[in-house]
Amino acid sequence: MLSMPARRLLALLALAAAPVLVVGVFFVVPVAGMLARGVWPDGDFAPGAVLEVLARPRTGRVLWFTVWSASVATVCAVLLGLPAAYALHRLEFPLRRLLRAALLVPFVLPTVVVGVAFRQLLGEAGPLGFLGLDGTPVAIVAGLVFFNVSVVIRTVGGAWETLDPRPAEAAAALGATPWQVLRTVTLPALRPAIVSAATVVFLFCATSFGVVLILGGPRYASVESEIYLLTTNLLDLPAAAALSLVQLFAVLALLSVAARLRAVPDPTVARLAPRPRRPRAGDWPQLAGTGLLLVLVSAPIVTLVVGSLRVDGAWGLGNYRALGSVGSRDALVVPVTEALEMSLRTAVDATAMALLVGLLVALVVTRRSRGRAERRLRGLLDGFFMLPLGVSAVTLGFGFLITLDRPPLDLRDAGLLVPIAQALVALPLVVRTLVPVLAGIDDRQRQAAASLGAGPLRTLVTVDLPVTWRPLLAAAGFAFAASLGEFGATAFLARDDRPTLPVVIFRLIGHPGAMNYGMALAASVVLAATTTAVMLAVERLRVPSVGAL
Amino acid sequence: MQRMRPSVAATRRLSAVALTASLALLGACSTMGEDDPPETTPEGSPAPERVVLVTHDSFALPKKLIRAFEAEHGLTLEVRASGDAGTLTNKLVLTQDNPTGDVAFGIDNTFASRAVEADVFAALDVQPPSGAERFVLPGATNDDGDPVLAPVDQANVCVNVDDTWFEREGLAPPETLEDLADPAYEGLFVTPGATTSSPGMAFLLATIAEYGEEWPDYWERLLANGVKITDGWSDAYQVDFTQGGGKGDRPIVLSYDSSPAFTVDGDQTTTSALLDTCFAQVEYAGVLSGAENPDGAQQVVQWLLDEDVQAALPTSMYVFPVDSGVELPEDWARFAEQPSDPATVDPEEITERRDEWLREWSDLITR
Repeated sequence: MLSMPARRLLALLALAAAPVLVVGVFFVVPVAGMLARGVWPDGDFAPGAVLEVLARPRTGRVLWFTVWSASVATVCAVLLGLPAAYALHRLEFPLRRLLRAALLVPFVLPTVVVGVAFRQLLGEAGPLGFLGLDGTPVAIVAGLVFFNVSVVIRTVGGAWETLDPRPAEAAAALGATPWQVLRTVTLPALRPAIVSAATVVFLFCATSFGVVLILGGPRYASVESEIYLLTTNLLDLPAAAALSLVQLFAVLALLSVAARLRAVPDPTVARLAPRPRRPRAGDWPQLAGTGLLLVLVSAPIVTLVVGSLRVDGAWGLGNYRALGSVGSRDALVVPVTEALEMSLRTAVDATAMALLVGLLVALVVTRRSRGRAERRLRGLLDGFFMLPLGVSAVTLGFGFLITLDRPPLDLRDAGLLVPIAQALVALPLVVRTLVPVLAGIDDRQRQAAASLGAGPLRTLVTVDLPVTWRPLLAAAGFAFAASLGEFGATAFLARDDRPTLPVVIFRLIGHPGAMNYGMALAASVVLAATTTAVMLAVERLRVPSVGAL
Repeated sequence: MQRMRPSVAATRRLSAVALTASLALLGACSTMGEDDPPETTPEGSPAPERVVLVTHDSFALPKKLIRAFEAEHGLTLEVRASGDAGTLTNKLVLTQDNPTGDVAFGIDNTFASRAVEADVFAALDVQPPSGAERFVLPGATNDDGDPVLAPVDQANVCVNVDDTWFEREGLAPPETLEDLADPAYEGLFVTPGATTSSPGMAFLLATIAEYGEEWPDYWERLLANGVKITDGWSDAYQVDFTQGGGKGDRPIVLSYDSSPAFTVDGDQTTTSALLDTCFAQVEYAGVLSGAENPDGAQQVVQWLLDEDVQAALPTSMYVFPVDSGVELPEDWARFAEQPSDPATVDPEEITERRDEWLREWSDLITR
């Protein structure tokens, strides 16, 4: 018979085995392969070249710009996202669900199209051209916030929605001002979710090289764009390895800081079924903040919609009708409609994988630890699954090619590689949405269930599932959206005869001809509309047990 | 927990059914199960042999032509297209000992010598079309002196101008690289960057061909004259160029010699390419040295050089055929004029100095 702690540890390892294996094969092996090529060029260990790169003045500038832009964008995204998270998840007003779904749209739009839309707004000839923001760091930060604010709304909103309002009401009854209530009651309860969201947003910003390049031009280089240049253009693998190592260490440092910030003395939070109420006069700051956010987010999208409806200088639906074709002069291999179908199918697979693995990870890292070794192990695992967010897609893509090329891991041609890559991107989103909620469950509830004779599965269904259901839906929607919009890895791996919608849009906008340009905009609008529709559908799904709470 | 009232319980059962149904539907949507064409047909007879073409993401040819090729040779052609010419080259170099395909198309003259030096390609045995000899890459041979790369298409990266804009303003359009640094054209020129875009790199090479070691000095004058540098071609052309999709406000843009064929308005084109500012780009195809199906690979290269594919290149990939006997589409024949003497830089020198040039260029534009 094994001792109790040993059995617990074994159970932990068994649960963690599948996710660790997935991330190990599809992330650790490829990235390690690329790093090895840089540090052991021609088979000899030569770290000199790596160290030399780190000493270049350019490297310092690039690092500083990356950290600066990602930090500013993260702060802005959190500040803009919190009021909206409250308004859209705690209040009841017309079109609330539609707005909630629509605010996720930026997250899936292809960078190249949003870049064009932003530049049409901010460019010298655009309606906001007088601000002189085109090609400045302000434009870059605005772009980063545009793409990532929905992460804050989703992650924090999901936790806020089921938060028990009674402590806040009690504080207010005892004479606390709304600001005091927010500062002393609500925000502390939300801290794990906010830190989670901010971590993810920071990682997205720090590794999103498309936004930096398109909105800032080649003048502004981030670590990610530098790795891209070094790998795909110059084939300077030692230098790329040096920057990838910096990226990895920075991500590890960030994750350990975040873990400390997330750790509140008592993570248990009383949860209730959501009871959104009508807005009151006191809610105006949150509503105003949400309104401001809507204006900021919709401006580039409106530019896209307007552009998609212009045909030869007049209004018309010609661009949309053309989506069933392969573009003017056969710019495409398959019609846009077929690419949309491919996108949806791939997203279904990717979502299923991300949810399955993500749920396992979330369960593993949130179970109450007995002893320091176990706590350490869970903490390590938690960080391990965030790593894919912090590493360059180019490194990963090239790594796939050079490491997964021989049995037993001969996977380069596998059709499942695209959904797997997308699931890797979505995995941290799923984990970070679920962990705050699962960690908030009082373990004594599980113990009570167990002492009443419930097995582990029954405990899971009666204690964990009812409060996890909504965040799980949110996570599913999130993963689906991330998969629909994923471009970097998909473009690298997708087969030519089965491209996804973002790949097709990229192709259309890269060709001259007014028709192709119009079709690219129309296809982006279709992608946005599809996302909204899917999000609305996901929100309507209900599970039988939840209403009983 | 409250006890459920019957009606509530019924609704819940209903929603449970709905949930299961939608999950089942989702399952039907998956990509699984219809993944790869089976290796053998149900009767056990072997399926057609496969040949894999690795290329960049601008590759496109009509399905009709691909099907005709497959039928003629009893092959299945699988196309793996991703990344730009640089990504493609580096992918081939890194997977040299175990390539992801049998044949590659799309390596251009700015990257080709890197791949040739890394022994990516095997000897070619194809019949080139007439006129192709003009575009053969010097030094593209293996150790035995056999050619390894066949030129397939060519185009020139040239500065384009919006003729209607210059007519309206009563200003004579620029003609040479030197004109672009003329204060008369201040703030009118937009180009994609050399580090982030392959036409941008071609433009840098054009200036290097023109000014030699003095090119940084020319670029400083360009910058002083308000040149705008964007990330990629689509940003420069579609957003900032006055004749692009987004109607920008810069009438001079870096694009291709074929671009004027895409701005035809009625009987005329509204733009023209400045033929003294061009850099020649040639794309090649070759059989990979580690190919699993070398015979099929040779057939693919030959097919790319055949008249049908050569004739389809302008409409499918926006490039000119290397076959001088092929008829061009009408718009191209009328409006896409090619330079007679475009700038070139020795491919070996590009491979050797690319890093140095790009580093210096980045430092210049961020100064």
